[in-house]
Amino acid sequence: MQIPYTVEARPETGLYNAKLGVWLFLASEVMLFGALFSTLILLRTGAAEWPRGSEILNVPLATLNTMVLISSSVSMVLAWAALRLQDFKKFRLWLGATFALGVGFMIIKTIEYGSKFEHHLYPSTDNFMAIYFTLTGLHGLHVLGGMIVMAYFLGPGSKMWKSEPERFTNRIEVVGLYWHFVDLVWIFLFPTLYLL
Amino acid sequence: MSVLEKNEAESEEHAGHHEEPFWRKYIFSQDHKVIGIQYGFTALFFMLFGFSLMLIMRWQLAFPGKPVPIIGGLLGAANASGGIMLPEFYNQLGAMHGTIMVFLAVVPILVGAFGNYVVPLQIGAPDMAFPKLNMASYWCYLSGGLVMLASFFVPGGAANSGWTSYPPLSDIATQGQTWWLVGMVLLITSSLLGSVNFIVTIFQLRCEGLSFMRLPYMIWSQLVTAFLLLLAFPPLEAAGILQLMDRVAGTSFFLPSGLVVSGEILEVAGGGNPLLWQHLFWFLAHPEVYVLILPAMGIVAEVIANNTRKPLWGYKPMVYSAVFLGFMSFIVWAHHMFLTGMGTAISSFFQTTTMIISVPSVVILSALLMSLWGGSIRFNTPMLFALAFLPMFGIGGLTGLPLGLAPSDIHLHDTYYVIGHFHYVVAPGTIFAIFAGIYYWFPKITGRQMSELLGKLHFWPSFIFINGVFMPMFIQGLAGVSRRLYDGGSQYAHAQDVLHWNTFMSVSAWLLLVAQIPFIINLFVSIKKGAKVGANPWDATTLEWSAAPSPPVGHGNFPKVPVVVRGPYEYSPPGTDKTFLPQDAAAQEG
Amino acid sequence: MAGHSAEEIKKETRIYILVFVALAALTLVTVGVSYLHLSLGAAIALALMIAAIKGSLVAAFFMHLISERKLIYAVLMLTLVFFLALLFLPLGGYADRVS
Repeated sequence: MQIPYTVEARPETGLYNAKLGVWLFLASEVMLFGALFSTLILLRTGAAEWPRGSEILNVPLATLNTMVLISSSVSMVLAWAALRLQDFKKFRLWLGATFALGVGFMIIKTIEYGSKFEHHLYPSTDNFMAIYFTLTGLHGLHVLGGMIVMAYFLGPGSKMWKSEPERFTNRIEVVGLYWHFVDLVWIFLFPTLYLL
Repeated sequence: MSVLEKNEAESEEHAGHHEEPFWRKYIFSQDHKVIGIQYGFTALFFMLFGFSLMLIMRWQLAFPGKPVPIIGGLLGAANASGGIMLPEFYNQLGAMHGTIMVFLAVVPILVGAFGNYVVPLQIGAPDMAFPKLNMASYWCYLSGGLVMLASFFVPGGAANSGWTSYPPLSDIATQGQTWWLVGMVLLITSSLLGSVNFIVTIFQLRCEGLSFMRLPYMIWSQLVTAFLLLLAFPPLEAAGILQLMDRVAGTSFFLPSGLVVSGEILEVAGGGNPLLWQHLFWFLAHPEVYVLILPAMGIVAEVIANNTRKPLWGYKPMVYSAVFLGFMSFIVWAHHMFLTGMGTAISSFFQTTTMIISVPSVVILSALLMSLWGGSIRFNTPMLFALAFLPMFGIGGLTGLPLGLAPSDIHLHDTYYVIGHFHYVVAPGTIFAIFAGIYYWFPKITGRQMSELLGKLHFWPSFIFINGVFMPMFIQGLAGVSRRLYDGGSQYAHAQDVLHWNTFMSVSAWLLLVAQIPFIINLFVSIKKGAKVGANPWDATTLEWSAAPSPPVGHGNFPKVPVVVRGPYEYSPPGTDKTFLPQDAAAQEG
Repeated sequence: MAGHSAEEIKKETRIYILVFVALAALTLVTVGVSYLHLSLGAAIALALMIAAIKGSLVAAFFMHLISERKLIYAVLMLTLVFFLALLFLPLGGYADRVS
């Protein structure tokens, strides 16, 4: 028994199931991060004093991380393009690069957090640090989640390329959409927390 | 060959195919029917458990300070020393009754059980769009439920800050609150996965000929509900994370500066905002109440159309109303916060949107009432519950109006009036619709019929006693009796004249429990001993009745994939002598 | 999603690289602008505008929103409305308060 429209698009909607599914999921993620941005705005508006991010946080490191994430977004979409050109080797290269850039992001993040802890800056210090750690922490968990999925598709999941190449390509497209969203969140997080 | 033709060919030749092992077929199943039944039994257990918590509470309300009979000794010294309920335990019962009923019982039955079982069948699909995700949703839900149950046994007991978990109290509450937050994260995850599944299934897997305006109202209500769950739950998840940070990482998201607890200033950074929690919580919790009512309206619509033997009156306005209702539900939430110090401008905004949202509800209720006019009504058990839903939901809805208007809400907020209002909508409202659905679809699920006699023995006492429990609450509320008082208001002068209703309500509640016994017996005995029926014992028009009686697990739902040629409620069609025409072309009987 | 020919995919690839360069440049602009010490209001407006442009590039070209289906647009528009409600109504409650 097979579910229709897992690979081919349903004519009426023009979509295959997982494409619609991942966009719906991303819509819910917009509301999740949106709630935390709303939190930031409300707390900052109501605060007697609130530091400028650049005074406390490491702007050069975060700028580097922004470049890392943007690069990983490019490598991700190139990985998918390679699959559409039937170039499995190129796909593994580009997806591997995306994964590696993800590792880079997490390393830089760890250095950043470590430095904060060394200076005795914890979530409990004040609400600025609290929302900083919560927002970047939740974002970091999303990066980790994406990396786990990528590792699966570089490893055991890649077997599907042999048996159902189109379905595999669709799955990579879906992973890509998720990864670009994670990049998108950071594009807003970075100036909001670090520069304002 | 298209996938649809392939499926047909497969099911036609299937004879000695491989059988899945028991644990894969019935435990870790990916079949929507099995998952629906899993949700159904789990949620019915939670409903009985949540009901029991309230029955214990009602002893304390009727006879404050008296030892709880029979089970008093079993509650433990920390909860009820000498069998007399402690206020801390009363608060646990209250918080968990609400939490369990809303998140572990009603929504899982409406969406997890009925949604999962009926939706793919009603749209002619072989299963949900993502069967593995569906399975994950159930196990996430069960995990969350087990965490909630376990919380009763940790030091300090379960969460006790209301199902609303308002800070600062919830921030500094006992360990059980952290368990509540973890449980909620699991439940929200289950819900999000499920809502993606439902939306994709309804958009993508409708069979040929099933356009949107030919969908049974049940499907429309599940579709709008899924969107509410998808977009409204994440802010509560965020709030849960923030409260966990406050409780575990020492942050002050919700703790204002200079907070004094038991005479000492709290050693935290401060600068937090308790109202932030309220905004994030109610952003979910208001759409949540429409999650509680929309699928119920869907069930009632199906049962009424079937048992009046005529099409629903006003199908299109009902559809537009459901969609409009869903949209509006996102911008009314702060009518729960009229007493938090909001100014007149913002209060007026929320009061206006709240008044507007009552319109589509009235349209839907009116259309359902009009649908009875000129009908050839069959008063079977599902229909009795569906009919009772109408005036009960009407009372619930009407009593909501003074709450949605800020000036009157000032007097009624946090009184028993509120408890009366929302229980009328959910208890003789939604829960009656759930019973209607169980009696209605039981023959489809099991291939057998439930006893009509036991059904009526269940309905009539339930209808009488449920009104006995909730109607007096309006009286107490208007007199000013606050909610969440562990002694039912007995210490307040303004409550003295209406205190006697407590005993009346408690006795009604205990008799309501007795009234459920015929149902429980009926449900379990009929599975084995109920009268066997064919595929369509109700002579219904929608697609699920074209599937086999008790469609087999894992074999696809339909012997032949249906093709829809007409609307969902072609009962007593003019110009023919048939009493009904099923939606699909293949079955022409009637 | 555009066509499947190798030509078209190679064309898309060129666009991806262009977008990457634009994103990198805009990142440097964002950081540069932050050194201008503008008033908070102006700084917020400018930073969010640049972020919106960057976000739109990612969404339109990496996520292929520029050629996506109506249903996806509808879901996202709906989400945007509720996102704005969540962002601004609580703020409204704070601004218009009895104190």
